[in-house]
Amino acid sequence: MTEIEKRQDRSPVPSAFDYAPAPESRDVVALEDRYGLFIGGEWVEPKSGDYQPTISPATEESLAEVAYGGPEDVGLAVESAREAFENGWSDIAPSERAKYLYRIARILQERSREFAVLESLDGGKPIRESRDVDLPLSAAHFFYYAGWADKLEYAFPNRKPKPLGVAGQIIPWNFPLLMLSWKIAPALAAGNTVVLKPAESTPLTALLFCDVVRQAELPPGVVNIVTGDGRAGAELVKDSRVDKVAFTGSTEVGKEIQRAVAGTGKKLTLELGGKAANIIFDDAPLDQAVEGIINGIYFNQGHVCCAGSRLLVQESIYEQVIAKLKRRMGTLRVGDPLDKNTDIGAINSKQQLEKIKELVAAGEEEGAEIFQPPCRLPEKGWWFAPTVFTNVAQSYRIAQEEIFGPVLSVLTFRTPDEAVEKANNTPYGLSAGVWTEKGSRILSMSQRLRAGVIWANTYNRFDPASPFGGYKESGFGREGGRHGLEPYLRFE
Amino acid sequence: MAQAPALPGGFELPLEPRLPRIGSVDQVAVEERAVALSRRSIKRESKLFALDLAVRMMDLTTLEGSDTPGKVAALCSKAMRPDPSDLTVPPVAAVCIYPNLVPVAVDRVKASGVRVASVATAFPSGQSPLEIKVEEAALVAEMGADEIDMVIDRGAFLAGDYAKVYDEVRRVKEACGDAHLKVILETGELGTYDNVRRASLLAIAAGADFIKTSTGKIQPAATLPVTLVMLEAIRDVYEETGRKIGMKPAGGIRHAKQAVQYLVLLHETLGVEWMTPDLFRFGASSLLNDCLLQIRKEKTGRYQSPDYFTID
Repeated sequence: MTEIEKRQDRSPVPSAFDYAPAPESRDVVALEDRYGLFIGGEWVEPKSGDYQPTISPATEESLAEVAYGGPEDVGLAVESAREAFENGWSDIAPSERAKYLYRIARILQERSREFAVLESLDGGKPIRESRDVDLPLSAAHFFYYAGWADKLEYAFPNRKPKPLGVAGQIIPWNFPLLMLSWKIAPALAAGNTVVLKPAESTPLTALLFCDVVRQAELPPGVVNIVTGDGRAGAELVKDSRVDKVAFTGSTEVGKEIQRAVAGTGKKLTLELGGKAANIIFDDAPLDQAVEGIINGIYFNQGHVCCAGSRLLVQESIYEQVIAKLKRRMGTLRVGDPLDKNTDIGAINSKQQLEKIKELVAAGEEEGAEIFQPPCRLPEKGWWFAPTVFTNVAQSYRIAQEEIFGPVLSVLTFRTPDEAVEKANNTPYGLSAGVWTEKGSRILSMSQRLRAGVIWANTYNRFDPASPFGGYKESGFGREGGRHGLEPYLRFE
Repeated sequence: MAQAPALPGGFELPLEPRLPRIGSVDQVAVEERAVALSRRSIKRESKLFALDLAVRMMDLTTLEGSDTPGKVAALCSKAMRPDPSDLTVPPVAAVCIYPNLVPVAVDRVKASGVRVASVATAFPSGQSPLEIKVEEAALVAEMGADEIDMVIDRGAFLAGDYAKVYDEVRRVKEACGDAHLKVILETGELGTYDNVRRASLLAIAAGADFIKTSTGKIQPAATLPVTLVMLEAIRDVYEETGRKIGMKPAGGIRHAKQAVQYLVLLHETLGVEWMTPDLFRFGASSLLNDCLLQIRKEKTGRYQSPDYFTID
């Protein structure tokens, strides 16, 4: 038995457990070199003649050229939507509308791998998230609103709900396909037609969605996609044939849009920025609360309007929570968005990266203490290490302004009253988190926090049946749930 | 002012200097975290590393009424040389057997590096008088077992008689002498993750070297979330006191893929420091052959018929 080692008192400890690369294959996605605009069910060349590349933030490679629609193009898209609304879509049996939506939902499920890979390629988010969150939720939204399409009378009894007409929708770059679904599903379910403008840095899944629209044999003109930058968005908002504007994005642009539609009679919903408080009480399940903190701020690189970017920790457990948080941050895997083990992907654009860097520098200058776990960032592409600031005062910019990146600011509180006061002390009011074992405290906090969404012992959890939207400068109107239908209907 | 009741003798919780804090566990969140970790994709060289480690961490187990000296001898041979056609496959950590078979195993594995672990304390129910349990543990240690796997008295625990559970673990620990003590919580009978956490801290405070999920006789046995809760308790104790406690999930781990998931859980909860047989074990029987099959697949690129691996 010489080949068997002699008994040792201690076994050796390995120096590391490295995970071999596990990239999802790009081959499931077939990209065109160049994309036009999707108007009236057809691909058309932009009258503007303008094409711009869309860049993969992880590699800085150009993925495809995408049309930038001008005023004329937006006008044609709105016209096509108007026509489709008047010639059929508004009269079609509601149960038929439902069938189209069910069909879209099923096709999204069937093609989810393709969409997930493309979403990660174009936007930089980890495939784990696009696969497990964006795609299932997108399909779920279509399924959910398909169910409402022929039950509007029951959703709003005795109010005779009628569609508005043409909805102009502008979506952000953080959840491209999911935001498209949040917008298009309720609009179509209510009987409207749509002109949607995707964000300039992440147009590709919206363009692939046009393929789904065709596959589902949706009548031409019901869904029109006009890619481009803010100018196309402004045109869409301005167009007098648009009956309803829905916007998700920054508070700054939201204010401009509100000014532009003032006095026009257009219906408007805005879902804007946030600076949410994630509140940890001393009786919370700590290890799970730490997971909630991580998920609250590092989900999608912090490019989340409802991100839990202000952590409020009760002072008696402050040290423990921070120690656990820092330890956990050390296990986050930053890198290739297509790697199945990646937790944090690339920052969506160079512009956004600069904004994050600027605010982080301001935080350091103001005297907050910065911590970043050691991690190797790829050389190419736009990256930012997960960051936490401690010793933050309520007056610091990093406690006030939306950073929209993987940067957390930690504050402390002593009593529930102080937690409420600090949490509400912001111009925003989109979301909040409460971590406690005490059910009664959850209920009382949720009544006192001025935020549209309040999570208890969880964070960043979404469901199509649950309305989502803000207070104060985080916007108005709700998306999701029965509430999400109302902005797309008029009542006689 | 009223005097706070004194804690039972020796029950200095390891969480001082703070007020003793057991803490709680959120069921939904802990299960979600376990699912997220189980989706890590472990390929190629990292898979081979994990499988090799899983073999070295294995407590190859037989706990049947029908166990005989012949069966245990065969198991010991397998433990020492799991894959005779590939000598780079390491021996397992230990064999885990009933007390009466300890002498057979001790004789068989001596000087091989494989340890002998024996269950004791009226395994699997633990529903016997304390004197008998202590006596059994002492006898098993005397017979030469290196490790003793005791069960806690779940009846006492669920009745809220924590001091009784604590005292039993202490008494058995004393009776073990040099032998390592693994304390089986039988999490499938505890009902909640809060109880699992409480029982973990109780066992650790009473002197456990390892905490172990299950006897294998009750369903559910080891699960990823239950293991995560126990690893987090171990982590809290380590951070407060510097004391390193081992973990042994047992029961229901049959596939190499599951073993890799447990190792990922371990790695991301306690770090690479815990990735040694001194601090982590798998209680399993059929898991070994699946690991061998997968190791050979990783090395040769082909799956072989299960007939090429011995059934012992």
